[in-house]
Amino acid sequence: MAVLFAPAAKAKVAAIIVFFLVLPYFVSPYFISVVNLIAIAVIGALGLNILTGFTGQISIGHGAFMGVGAYTVGILTTKVGLSYWAALPLAGIMAAMVGAVFGIPSLRLKGLYLAIATLAAQVIIEYTIIHWTGLTNGSAGIVIDAPSVGTMSLADDKNFYYFALLIALAAVVCTVNLFRSRVGRAFMAVRDRDLAAAVMGINLLQYKVMSFGLSAFYAGIAGALMAGYLRVITVENFTVEVSIQYLAMIIIGGLGSVMGSIYGAAFMTLLPIFLRTAADFLGAFLPNVAHFLLSMQTALFGLIIVLFLVFEPEGLAKLWKDIKDYFRLWPFSY
Amino acid sequence: MFLQLLVTGLVVGSIYALVALGFVLIYKASDCINFAQGEFLLVGAYVALWVVTSYNVPFLPAVMLTLCLALALGVLVERMVLRPFIGEPVISVIMATIGLSSLMRGVTQLIWGTDTMIYPPVFPQEPVNLAGVVISQVYLWSLGLAILLLAVFSLFFKFTTTGIVMRAVADDQQAALSMGISVKKVFAITWAIAAMVAAVGGILLGNINGVNSSLAHLGLKVLPVAILGGLDSIPGAILGGFIIGVLENLVGGYLDPVFGGGVKEVVPFVILVLILLVRPYGLFGKEVIERV
Repeated sequence: MAVLFAPAAKAKVAAIIVFFLVLPYFVSPYFISVVNLIAIAVIGALGLNILTGFTGQISIGHGAFMGVGAYTVGILTTKVGLSYWAALPLAGIMAAMVGAVFGIPSLRLKGLYLAIATLAAQVIIEYTIIHWTGLTNGSAGIVIDAPSVGTMSLADDKNFYYFALLIALAAVVCTVNLFRSRVGRAFMAVRDRDLAAAVMGINLLQYKVMSFGLSAFYAGIAGALMAGYLRVITVENFTVEVSIQYLAMIIIGGLGSVMGSIYGAAFMTLLPIFLRTAADFLGAFLPNVAHFLLSMQTALFGLIIVLFLVFEPEGLAKLWKDIKDYFRLWPFSY
Repeated sequence: MFLQLLVTGLVVGSIYALVALGFVLIYKASDCINFAQGEFLLVGAYVALWVVTSYNVPFLPAVMLTLCLALALGVLVERMVLRPFIGEPVISVIMATIGLSSLMRGVTQLIWGTDTMIYPPVFPQEPVNLAGVVISQVYLWSLGLAILLLAVFSLFFKFTTTGIVMRAVADDQQAALSMGISVKKVFAITWAIAAMVAAVGGILLGNINGVNSSLAHLGLKVLPVAILGGLDSIPGAILGGFIIGVLENLVGGYLDPVFGGGVKEVVPFVILVLILLVRPYGLFGKEVIERV
């Protein structure tokens, strides 16, 4: 773990890990279920951030890649009879392969055109899921058994929490270390100036496709976790709206920032919950407010994306850093 | 069956062409694509419907009023959302328009709800019989309008000062600035025009299917049309609209029994992937896609 370079940092990381380990003993089960959803979103957001934030390739198909992972788990456990644990890595690999295929156009396409190509990927994958009923049960979805470790069933929120925490932590450590390696540096070089990267000996096709594959691998794992957690796999969880939500997460959290992916995932998962609570509260005074909840949520998502892009393009990660710096340097501003 | 599918494809294609025109106009002037185009359609359709039904305004003045509001909306959106992104990387602009689409969809739902609303009959209801193929009149109107707008905008970009200035800005913002062109003003004009074209499309579509938020999905569905024709080509958008309309109807008509329905929805996107792989600049687009 090259992440830890000073005793203070080591202590901080240890404290955070201990905090998460004991968390379930202090909070309500509902809170734990929310944290589970956040952990899954963190994995997905990390994946998208590798592609969009670090490699500079925009993708509007992330939701569909999560769907590929979830359906791989569903099909392998119900139709082939594999265990969830065998299906989990295969889900990641399957999503990675699909992602890499749709990443091939990125050799010729940039920015705008690539966004449209990934949108096409989203539509085509969604269509396949709905209409290949023999394999995916169409819009009825697939129901799978809860995964279990020995006799311990992960249907229990607390047990699932430790599992999701482990995977999310592994994803964070892998991502942080990735950007210390040649591959990660190559991704960033491609983002900053592809031509310059090519001149320095980076094979653009190879690295772009690799970035797509890696990003889709994370998405596949996140999708597989989602399948294991909800135990019902339907296409509604993997629509273009989901893709846009993940884009919103990394914009709000901070493009090209590992911590940002975590903040963004937490923010976007908590926002609807917060809104619902607010609506319940306001419902006492304004009767019809609950009706508008969904529309308000949509509008607010959009507004927040735009506001962050305009006023803080580096997202919550930068905001948090600014706050920390302010107090570290106080009372001087430099 | 072939003839019926062909004619249906052509008339549906004329609507695609109208919507694609909005994409092309914005791309032509500002080199960015507006993922909120579908929501502009939606707003246009709702506003016109609201003016007609709530205030009993006759249809034509209502359309005029809607166009004025669309103009204001376009200018407003450009000023509030797009202006800060002049000179920013294209990825930020794409995300800003995605955010904008979410914002506009939410606000329209807040104002008008989610139920489907029906226009009072505006166009004559009895269908027309064209050489054995039956189509309703509103499609003919949209066909005529698409061709009219094609002519108007082609002439506009070729002969008027504003049109030439818009092309100059699209070509090179810095060079345009140094020639004393106000890039900001040009962007405002572009967004206003695009919003107005979208409003026209929205009103026509509202007359065909009624108005609800699914209308906005058409914005995404029409992207393949704009790409096929070439993102910066107005004739391309019109022709692309017809080609995609005909292809999706023919393929859908013949392959639906094989794949169990819904083929129509996915055909444009399969075509899109193929075009992007083979000829990303489309049929008539200028061939300066950056290759890396």
